[in-house]
This record gives sequence, structure tokens and C-alpha cells, in this order.
Amino acid sequence: MMRIGIDVGGTNTDAVLIHEGTVHRAVKCPTTADVTGGILLALQELLRVAAVSTSRIGTVMIGTTHFTNAVVQRRDVARVAAVRIGLPAAATLPPFVDWPADLRDMVRGPVHMIRGGYEVDGRPLVPFDRCAMRDAARQIAESGVAAAAVCAVFSPLNPDLEQEAGDILRQECPGIAVTLSHELGRIGLLARENVTLLNASLVGMARATVAAFRTAIAQAGITAPLFITQNDGTVASAEEAAAFPVRSFASGPTNSLRGAAFLSGLEDALVVDVGGTTADIGGLVRGFPREANNVVQVGGVRTLFRMPDLLSIGLGGGTLCDPENPSRIGPRSVGFRLTEQALVFGGSQLTCTDIAVAAGLIELGDRGRVSNLSPAFIQAALARMHAMLADSVDRMKTDARSVPLVAVGGGAFLVPEHLPGVAEVVRVPHAGVANALGAAIAQVSGEVDQIFTESSREAAMASAQQQAEAKAIRAGARADSLKLVEMEDIPLAYLPGNALRVRARVVGDIQASAGVRADDPAS
Amino acid sequence: MPNPPFELTADDLDAMAVGAWILGTGGGGDPYFSLLEARQHLADGRRARVIDPLALPDDALVACVGQMGAPLVKQERLVDGPVLASTIPMMEAHLGRRFDAVMLWEIGGNNGFQAVLAGMLLDLPVVDCDAMGRAFPQADMTTFAICDLPAYPWTMVDLRRNRIIFAEAEDWAWMERMTRRMCTVLGSSAATCKAPRTGAEVKSSTCLHTLSQALRIGRTVIAAREAHEDAVDALVTAERGKILFRGKITDVMRRTTEGWLRGTIEIEGLDADQASRMRIAFQNEFVVAWRDDQVCATVPDLICLIDSSSGDAIGTETVRYGQRVTVVALRAPSILTSEKGLRHVGPRAFGYDLDFHSVFGEYVA
Repeated sequence: MMRIGIDVGGTNTDAVLIHEGTVHRAVKCPTTADVTGGILLALQELLRVAAVSTSRIGTVMIGTTHFTNAVVQRRDVARVAAVRIGLPAAATLPPFVDWPADLRDMVRGPVHMIRGGYEVDGRPLVPFDRCAMRDAARQIAESGVAAAAVCAVFSPLNPDLEQEAGDILRQECPGIAVTLSHELGRIGLLARENVTLLNASLVGMARATVAAFRTAIAQAGITAPLFITQNDGTVASAEEAAAFPVRSFASGPTNSLRGAAFLSGLEDALVVDVGGTTADIGGLVRGFPREANNVVQVGGVRTLFRMPDLLSIGLGGGTLCDPENPSRIGPRSVGFRLTEQALVFGGSQLTCTDIAVAAGLIELGDRGRVSNLSPAFIQAALARMHAMLADSVDRMKTDARSVPLVAVGGGAFLVPEHLPGVAEVVRVPHAGVANALGAAIAQVSGEVDQIFTESSREAAMASAQQQAEAKAIRAGARADSLKLVEMEDIPLAYLPGNALRVRARVVGDIQASAGVRADDPAS
Repeated sequence: MPNPPFELTADDLDAMAVGAWILGTGGGGDPYFSLLEARQHLADGRRARVIDPLALPDDALVACVGQMGAPLVKQERLVDGPVLASTIPMMEAHLGRRFDAVMLWEIGGNNGFQAVLAGMLLDLPVVDCDAMGRAFPQADMTTFAICDLPAYPWTMVDLRRNRIIFAEAEDWAWMERMTRRMCTVLGSSAATCKAPRTGAEVKSSTCLHTLSQALRIGRTVIAAREAHEDAVDALVTAERGKILFRGKITDVMRRTTEGWLRGTIEIEGLDADQASRMRIAFQNEFVVAWRDDQVCATVPDLICLIDSSSGDAIGTETVRYGQRVTVVALRAPSILTSEKGLRHVGPRAFGYDLDFHSVFGEYVA
């Protein structure tokens, strides 16, 4: 069977068809305001150029920056009720305490801090105030907010209070979308709560977006299952992705990095993905995105995700250039309106794409419309773009050695042949659709979260890893590609028998033959 | 760098958080939550006045406050300035005397901020010194214990209004034992006002100007980061420290026992250290580092685990698989490396039968 990978970006929607591990066809269409239209267009175009029947499509995998863009651009975020179970602890630092003011004003709904929570050894901190919880739920119902986030002190050790609070909320507030913190985060109350609040504020939008994805696929006549790619380069079912949109936050850059690794065959390199609005620079280590070490800020909110270590600058094909001053570039961009607003496409805005066309770096639109730009102006503008890229590449290097730089994305033509500290700028076929390709080759994972008693730490961890590997293989992973990506153990001092909670997560490439049917003719 | 007296600005609070976290050598807890609270107090018009210990009258009475417990617990219970500050009037009632100033118990980590929070809430000046020059897990690992100053009385408060006075103790080890046991009962987190000190004791028996040192370290790291320079190199150069190892975390083992977070981390070498491994044992703070099974550094040298790219410290409660880290050694105050000091804070005080050889080569018998 064939797989389709789609990347829904701020500017373009790309789609690739892969078959037996090679890129069969790739197309690029503008993203539309309604999302569905752009995907439908890309799918129809892909099926047309590839001339394949929809019945041969085994899976559709979509990667999108939609959810993270909503937070970054402060749009489509819903107001959320915050319930924290943990008083009298942390009274001086209420929910939303470290959020940027503008986003907090959009998201903060009723805030309820309730007595309860656990100690590190599993005893109750104070008795859970169930009456207060029920009162809070009734007030939340009256407030009319559609989503709630629940976070209890030490819930990663014992989630039962969060589950009980969730039940009370669902009883008192019919139809409310509840996000519980233990499903998303680890130890670290404030960062876990932030992630939970962000997730709750996006659930409504995520459901609508995933529904739009489904509509587009159905309208294209495809009946194959839909998967959404996640931060770590694996896929989740559409239902799960709609319930946990924060898990897809970093999937765009992850897909682009993995696509670049696949296309270039390089395992260790820097990658620059130049899109319409930004250039994102990340690192590949043994074929995987280099992870950010510590706290990751999403739209100014402090979270504890595992995210690719990424530097994003306002430089893309649609980035605006000041016609009066060639060294003033960005950060504003015409985004998906590039093909209406750029000079070479008949518009009135001077963009980086116009500079590249005038400089002869790429042929697009009508070059005659930029012939009035002086060579000095063009050189100055290019010099500024190159300096921006050189500075960012240097910042992303982990040592002084020269490294290869893989240039991908629709705006890769803005990357010069030579940059300081770069051994070689690597160009690859299909560079414009690296994201979509990364989505198409997304991996599957196996995860185990289990309490072990009466066994050594080593034995418990080995057993958890084996179980996770078995799950990944059942989900379609190739046994020789399995890689342990997370391993965490928390001793549970309150349980007898040296109880240890072990979490292991394993990922692997999808078996090339998985899902191939006997009647599927090789092409 | 101005000398005290000065007032901490919002930028100073940020710099102090970065510096105090590095001086925490993995423990003391991330100062982030205290920083958040301090920023709020500053925005509410409260002041953080810092004074020079050397300018204190000999008969001044100085409160010494700190949060006690396992850093992991603070990750969930966060901090609470008003609870912490409430230990001071409780001590004043016990003594029948008012305090003139408040000093830091330990500059390292979150505790560096506790005196600042208490000073802001009670409008007391904060003395630019502490009793550890870094962070240590036990009360008998202080300059006060090294200098044989009285270990009592202590007041202790938890967030549930459990309030305890430790009126007397045989010595610092007993005070540590009794308060630690009570701290564990309270959920491995409690606020304390330690034995009060006179101005004369502060001048003779503390690590002087360590709040300023944290500010200086924080400013160095932040400036390097903003200039896109290597923050770890800047730190090591400015503080005459030493890079011990660069690598990636491959294993973290943690357990919370007797109110402490204990365990080990394993680091696989990168770059110049590619063929090597490092193991570091911790008891809240990093205690001993082994490079390929050879002892490489021990307390009281400061063993700091630093995020290789940002220059931020990484704590024993937040270190995790896959992080890229640089292990840095910083110099300990000389009071800790004295013969008497080593009995309290040398490797043997942590149960390791090892002599102290400073990585800076200044061996103290």
C-alpha cells in the first residue's frame, strides 16, 4: 500500500505519496483559511499527477503547525477553567502566574484552588475538599466555559484525585472538555499545569481541525485511516490527537528534520527549513532531531515538553523587505498570500521571494516586475538575509567544527552556497516537501507505564523496555529500528515491596511491508 | 558590581536566580518559583534591601531562614514566602527580641531566595552572606557548625500551620537529626528559622558576599547568552572554575529517603570526552564525581551540572535522560576546605572514605 504524508503549514499545504520507501510524487498547494480546501486541493492534485486509485492508499499522515500557531499567534484559543487541587500548598503562585499577560487575558477563565493533593510518600497532603470541588464545578457550569484543566499536587504519583475531579466536572458541566494533568506531564506542578491549560484551551479548535482533515480526505475519496504526527516523530490516531493537541506542538519541525535526514541520507547535520514565514534551524543527531534540554517556551508559556531544539527566525519566502532600506527584512510576512501579494505574482509587496527572483536564484512569476530593483539593493538585501542565516546557524552549533547544512523547505533558495562554519550546503530533491515527507515516514511507538514490585531496578527497567518494544512491534515497527527514547523510574515509597513506577517509550520505523496486501501490485 | 548597600531590581532578581541555581550544585531547588514570587512582591512595591555584613553592629540580631526538604517535593508544592516569613516572628516571640536583619542560610538554589522573600515581606534588610557558600544537605554542614556556634533554637512551620520550636540541641548533628525527622513527617518540606546570630558572629563565621557572587555569576551567564557566546566558557573564565566533562545523560537513579533526594547520574562523553564516562553521586547536591571509575572531584569543591547550550544549572530533581551537559567545578570558600571545615563537609561527612583533593590543586590536609 502507498502512504500519503501531508504538511499543513502557515503558507503551503504539501503532500507526498511514498511507495516502498521512495518518494513517488510530491505537490505543493497554498494553505486556505478553511484548511479543508487546501488539503483537498493538495490531495486531488497528488492523486492526479500520480495517477493512482484511492483504493491503493493505506494511510494518510498529517503534520500540522496549526495548534502551536494558534498559541503563538493568539488566535482560536478558548477560555479555560483552571482547577488546582493542592491547597494549602502553592497558594502564592496560582494558575497562569507565569503566563504572558496577553495570552493569560485570552485563556484565563474561572480559577479554583481546592484543598487536597498528595505528599511525596503517597499520604494525602490534606483531605480532598469534595464539597469545594463540587461547588467549583457548579460555578464553572454557570460561567459557560467549554473546557477545564485539572492539576493536582503529585498527581503523577497518584492520579485518583484528578480522575475524581474530572468525573465531578463532567457530571456538573455536561459536554465540558476536561484535560487532566497526569495524562500530559511529569513531576513539576507549574509546568505540568501550564501544559494542561494550553491543551484545554486548544481542544475545541483541535476537534474542529481534525474534523476538517477528515472531511478533506473523505471528499478526496480516500477511506484510509488518518493519523496525526506528534512532537517526537511518531503518529497518534486522529481521536487521540484531537484530545491532546499539545502533543502535536512541535511536529512541524520534527517532520522537517526527519524528512531532511531521509532525503540527504545524513545522520549528523544541521537543517534549515525555510518556509514562507520563518526559517527554522535544528540539528540532527544520529538521524533524529536534537532535543531541547530544559524548559521549552511555547508562545511564552513555560512547559516541560520534549521538543526539538530549534531556533526560529523571521525569514521566509514571504517575508517583507523594506523597499527603502534593503537591510530591513522581516519579521512580518505575507504568509499564504504570497501568490497574490508578492511583486512577481502581480502584487504590491516586496518580499524575499522577489529579491531571489531579481537575483536570478529562482524562476517564479514575472521577473519583469522586479527589473527596477538596483543590483546594489539586491546585493544588500541578500547580504542581510545571509547574515541572518549565518548568525542563527552559528548559534545552533554545539562545537566549532564545520558541519553540513541541509537546506529544505519552499524557501530553500534563500540559503547561499557558502556560510561561515558550514562545511557544505546540501541540497536535496523534494526539499520543498521535507515536512510532508517527514510526516509520511513518521514512526510508531510503544509505551509502558507500570508499577513493579519485588524486583530490582535493573530488572524492572529491562522488563518495561521489552514490553514497550513488543508493543511497538505489534503496532507495525521494524524490530531492528527500535530505539528507546524515554525511560523514567519513580520509587513509590508508600507502597510495600520496593515499588517502582517505570515508564518506557520505544519508537521504530514502520515495517516497509506492513499493510501490503497480496493484491497490491508493485509499481 | 556595586558593593552593598543596594536594592535588588527586577533584573537583579533574574540574575540572582541563575547564579544561585549554579551555586546550588544540583540541589537547593530551582529558584524559579521563588523568583516568580519575589517579582510579584517587587511589583507590589516591596523592597529587597541588601546590606554589607561587615557594616553590621556587633550586637545586631540576625535571623537566618531557609526551606528544608527534598527538592523534588518543591517541584510540586512550590514555595510560599508568607509561610517561610512566619518562622521569624515565631522566633522573635520565643526570644523576646526583635531582629535587625535577615541572612541567607545557603546561597545555592531556591534557599538563596528565602531570606530575600522574608526580607521583602517583613521589611528587613538582607545581609550579603550565607552559611554554606553553596548548597549542602545538612545543618551540620554550615560555617556555623564548623565555627562551633550554638545550634539552637530553631522554629519550624509547615503549610498546614504545624508549628514546632526546637528549644535546645546537644550539637548541630543532633539539631540536624531532630529537624530532619520532623521535616520528613511534614512531607519532606518545611520552613525554618535557624539559630539566631549576632552581628559579630555573622562577620566572623559566614561566607561573606555570596549574594553578590550569585548576582555576578548570573550576570556573566546572561550577558554571554545575550551576546551568543558560550555561557559555560564565560562562567568558567569569570569564576576561575574548571570544566570536568562534557556529555549526555544516559541514566538517572533517584530515591527519596530520610527527607533527601539521593541517587546517581551517568554521563556518556561527547567531543573531547567521547571515549569516557562520568558518574556523579548526589544527596540533594552533587557529592562525588568519578571519571571512568577514578575519583575526579568531591565536595566541598562545587560540582555543577550545566546545560551545555544555555549555561543554566540542572538540578538533581530535574536532570533527565538525553540532556547534554557540561560538568563544571567551582572553588569552595576557604572556610570549607580548612581542616576543621573538611570534617563537616569533606567526602567522609557524606559517607565516602576518600581524602579531599581539590580539582584546583590546592590540597588541604
